[in-house]
Amino acid sequence: MHNPQLNAEGELTHLLTLEGLPPEVIGRILDTAVPFVSIAEREVKKVPLLRGKTVFNLFFESSTRTRTTFEIAAKRLSADVINLNIGVSSTSKGETLLDTIDNLAAMNADMFVVRHAESGAPHLIAQHLSASGKSHIHVVNAGDGRHGHPTQGLLDLFTIRHYKRDFRALAVAIVGDVLHSRVARSLIHGLTTLGTAEVRVIGPKTLLPTAVESLGVRVFHRMQEGLDGCDVVVMLRLQNERMRGSLLPSAGEYFKHYGLTPEKLRLAKPDAIVMHPGPMNRGVEIDSAVADGSHSVILPQVTFGIAVRMAVMSIVAGN
Amino acid sequence: MIATLPDAETVLGRLADKMRDAIAFDAKLVGIYSGGAWLAERLARMLPGDHPVGYIDVSFYRDDYAERGLRPNPATTALPFEVGASRIVLIDDVLYTGRSVRAAINELFDYGRPQAIELAVLIDRGGRELPIEATYVGERLAVARDASIVLERRADGKLELTLEDAQDTSRA
Repeated sequence: MHNPQLNAEGELTHLLTLEGLPPEVIGRILDTAVPFVSIAEREVKKVPLLRGKTVFNLFFESSTRTRTTFEIAAKRLSADVINLNIGVSSTSKGETLLDTIDNLAAMNADMFVVRHAESGAPHLIAQHLSASGKSHIHVVNAGDGRHGHPTQGLLDLFTIRHYKRDFRALAVAIVGDVLHSRVARSLIHGLTTLGTAEVRVIGPKTLLPTAVESLGVRVFHRMQEGLDGCDVVVMLRLQNERMRGSLLPSAGEYFKHYGLTPEKLRLAKPDAIVMHPGPMNRGVEIDSAVADGSHSVILPQVTFGIAVRMAVMSIVAGN
Repeated sequence: MIATLPDAETVLGRLADKMRDAIAFDAKLVGIYSGGAWLAERLARMLPGDHPVGYIDVSFYRDDYAERGLRPNPATTALPFEVGASRIVLIDDVLYTGRSVRAAINELFDYGRPQAIELAVLIDRGGRELPIEATYVGERLAVARDASIVLERRADGKLELTLEDAQDTSRA
């Protein structure tokens, strides 16, 4: 089956999902991100790759951090960036998604960075551009529904590789609300594609998708068992709105069972790293002593995220 | 056109002789990946004085990005000294169109304003497309347009020049 992210030569022209992306394509993105990390330390924090290109950040769902890091990444590549918070503009006047895209394409857009509450929206936009003869416009998924958040998955992979090198020797535990997490889905696809020795998910039954084992992970319901001997602990954000439903008794109860405390972290390897995609709920999924502790690589994740997004944008825009 | 290539080690010795009394005692040697990086390391040991070595990868500054996309596996530019007010000798293996050197000069200026930039190359094969000339040249060669000269480093560290038929002659 044709992978809509790749062009006829097998090169990455959109980034829509990590599912089904060949390991060499993922590896190339991670390798390319390495030299971009040091750009941030220079006197001029810019390279001229996307000079004269126009990047539209289309956020149909609000996000501060992801939008900001995409904006910084595009600006460090010398692109012109337009931020559109579409949730509160066109669609509220009744314009359809594809009409919005056609209008922005008519303004000579070169790239769309898309965040949308509906799974598959970036895919639909890429298909529409291709069908209407505008396949020179690139699409990067910045999070769609529960489906995926591929650049977050890639920055997590980059962070793990930076500290731990070889995926084939690692046990990675992903903890918390996997059911609603597009971050978890993208990371699981990336980790299995790169041959990670063991991917574990830990959470209460109500927050794990049914048949999650089919993604190639081991399932644990207790932290004591799931964290045992792991190299990497990825804590997921517990979305507050989930509390209002019947999925969880209370934040305090959740923290007692699934919150990462220094005591629980001692079950992991002594040199384990702790990650979190942000924004964190301190005292709900993670204890402050862990979030700010020596195992935490949560802030390096943010720094690496810019380099990874620069790599993705400069690879797709060149293909 | 030439039949055989000169010995890279001999040409390197000649290049070092030309640079020895000419470059500043504190000049920084900046090699363009990958051939120029090997040469910079060797020259730093051969030349008297204190010559810190830096490395530059011009992938993010190339002028053929729009046509050819980003090259795979770019290396990290590493300039472990202040570029501003430094005297810099850029070092490359083969000078051809001059486009890599243009890209390298642009990248250097994103680190600061050097006091001076000179250029040292092992081989100058002519064929310039930009008004760029080397300050120090190991040897001048005439080579067919569709051939490319490649510098390689053997397992024992010795440098070697090879000739390759290549569609891609735009790199040097």
